[in-house]
Amino acid sequence: MAGNSFIYVTYIKTTPKDLWTALISPEFTQKYWYGIRQESEWKPGAEWKMIFPDGRIADAGEVVECDPPRRLVLKWQNQFKPELKEEGYSRCVFEIEPQEDVTKLTITHTIDRENSKFIQAVSQGWPSILSNLKSLLETGKTIMPMRR
Amino acid sequence: MDDDAVFRALADKSRRLLLDRLHRRNGQTLSELCEGLEMTRQAVTKHLAILEDANLVAPLRQGREKLHFINPVPINEIADRWIDKFDRPRLGALSDLKKALEEKSRK
Repeated sequence: MAGNSFIYVTYIKTTPKDLWTALISPEFTQKYWYGIRQESEWKPGAEWKMIFPDGRIADAGEVVECDPPRRLVLKWQNQFKPELKEEGYSRCVFEIEPQEDVTKLTITHTIDRENSKFIQAVSQGWPSILSNLKSLLETGKTIMPMRR
Repeated sequence: MDDDAVFRALADKSRRLLLDRLHRRNGQTLSELCEGLEMTRQAVTKHLAILEDANLVAPLRQGREKLHFINPVPINEIADRWIDKFDRPRLGALSDLKKALEEKSRK
């Protein structure tokens, strides 16, 4: 559990409904995910894909749970790097909780193997993606293009 | 989440040490975090509560255990807001200087 998961928590001045829309809508995702868009019918068992601007598939998997605007669980496998793809499916849980005047978003990304390269790789990306998401919802703008 | 809470939480050596320990190995229990430290269990509990309030540490209940995970999101926000913003113009200035000097030496 310890070396193979990451938790990200952020508080955003928005409503659970708007946050949910931001998490799944293709137009919105493209803005805070550096051009990547998602495709899915967003119901349990449905296919899920993340697609690069040039059409290549970045990641793919399946919707496991979908309870708008509270909880989304995805089976998630990298598709474009063989050494990450061979690690198989990870599990990504999005939890949305309304608080006093903000909405709490918790993302838990876990894979069932120790010292996962996949988890290392996604841990580089999540913090900037979440900062962008927060900024987009609160101010209508993303902070900046990708660092590093 | 306010930046003050994050800076206050980071402005303490013991709390930075706890973050470093979680960075080395994420998802530790209180007892694991206390191992080999000169702090009392009570002091570690107090520091963890401050880190949790600042959203730098996220707790996860697993059965009867409470695991502590580092949450890098507020640190990333501070980096965006307080480091990159000031760093970029300076790096830009450096590369302008380099370009100007190299052009000069070519003349």
